[in-house]
Amino acid sequence: MAHHHEPVDHTEHPTAHAHDDGAIHIHVVPVSLLAGIFIVLMVFTVLTYAVTKVDFGYQINLFVAITIAVIKGGLVCLYFMHLRWDNPFNTLCLLAALLFVGLFIVIASLDSGQYHNLREAYANTDITTGAK
Amino acid sequence: MSTAADLAHADDPHAHGNPAHLAHHFDTPAQQFTTNKLGMWTFLATEVLMFGGLFCAYSVYRYNHPQVYLWAHNALDPFWGMVNTIVLLASSFTMAWGVRAAQLNQRGLLQIMLTLTFLGGVVFMCVKAVEYKAKWQHFLFPGEFNSLNAEFKGRDGKSPSEARAITIEEVEHEAHLRSGAEPASAEGGEHAAPATETEVKPVQHTQNSADVKSGAAEHAAGTAPTEASKEPPIALQAIGTVVTAPDLGNESAAIVPPTMMASGTNSKVDEKVGHHLTTYSELEPLDKSQLQTFFSIYFMMTGLHGIHVLVGMGLMVWLFLRASAGQFTSQYFAPVDLVGLYWHLVDLIWIFLFPLLYLIH
Repeated sequence: MAHHHEPVDHTEHPTAHAHDDGAIHIHVVPVSLLAGIFIVLMVFTVLTYAVTKVDFGYQINLFVAITIAVIKGGLVCLYFMHLRWDNPFNTLCLLAALLFVGLFIVIASLDSGQYHNLREAYANTDITTGAK
Repeated sequence: MSTAADLAHADDPHAHGNPAHLAHHFDTPAQQFTTNKLGMWTFLATEVLMFGGLFCAYSVYRYNHPQVYLWAHNALDPFWGMVNTIVLLASSFTMAWGVRAAQLNQRGLLQIMLTLTFLGGVVFMCVKAVEYKAKWQHFLFPGEFNSLNAEFKGRDGKSPSEARAITIEEVEHEAHLRSGAEPASAEGGEHAAPATETEVKPVQHTQNSADVKSGAAEHAAGTAPTEASKEPPIALQAIGTVVTAPDLGNESAAIVPPTMMASGTNSKVDEKVGHHLTTYSELEPLDKSQLQTFFSIYFMMTGLHGIHVLVGMGLMVWLFLRASAGQFTSQYFAPVDLVGLYWHLVDLIWIFLFPLLYLIH
């Protein structure tokens, strides 16, 4: 993945001079980096499509698909959405939202799991007709 | 409003008068910009939470009915899902480039990038329209209007069970054509000559009749090999492999032992190398009566996402007009940046919708 660890190219900063002059100190992302991220995203998209054709079993296929989606989403957040260079508080906003969505899903699933025995009992019941 | 920042800037030579774009309640453009960003990220957090409700519904339902997803996703074409993913990622790329152009005062380039991003939205919605149309042709509408619903009577005067049988056959037939996969049952290969509609239609079946033929279909499809010997599946051989036990009313569940698929693994899937298509006849009766819920979830998730794409396209037009008026500079490009964040979030949500809806294996 395209990682740029060297300092940001200051020629890309039209307003990079005094420290706290009240002007906007923007970070301009080089086109080459954006294009690199785009290509990586394309590769992952084709990969996640192709990997469906391979049978690793239900659970692992699901895990692989979600993992690829998380990597793609992370790249979009970090580079396209500038979070890598942004105020960390913005990242915190996003992570907090994701955390609560995660809690929501996990707790709802835990609760749903409590009724699995009922589901087994009804597995052969057509609930629309009540026929057994 | 007098703040610490205010005092700090009291003798700042760069505290230029008041730029037109600086709202009076902000001290500096930088303060305004960071506040704008924080506000936008707060909004995006609420967006994540809103979609989170749908993702939760998806997760709980899939956790409880994995077989429903395995069957129902046959109605979606992963290829078009991938095309739309690529289109949306490409438009995200042009959007990010557009933000860069705005930052660098490249007005013409900004207009080009906004146009390309808008066109990405157009292509995405066109593909979505084609996909929705395919669902509608099979009467796979959301909720009670879905032909898999036991009460559905909306298909050309067909009875609910007939409408259901036709839809199931259409969906499975298309899925077979798409994947070229082996059919589920042991007598593989016969699907080259798929049964016609008349063969499928359970004409002699009445609702709630525990019909032996249907039971035989269940057995021969491999869900209950031990019981299969008891019931000679004569009728099934004639019907072939594409055809499934179509009549909602006669599940003959008493004959078929529970297949215990709650863990989500299907023995048929594990045996085969390559893409296996879950057929309707492999489903448990409870799952058979729940298929329409997948389409409700599908339409709600992609529909809400599609509305976001439309809103984003409207915002592109707005940005284009403002860019044409020369309103954006390297000191004032927040609207481009914030709309960009919105567009990327819409892309982000699709990145997860694509594998969750289309790539179920």
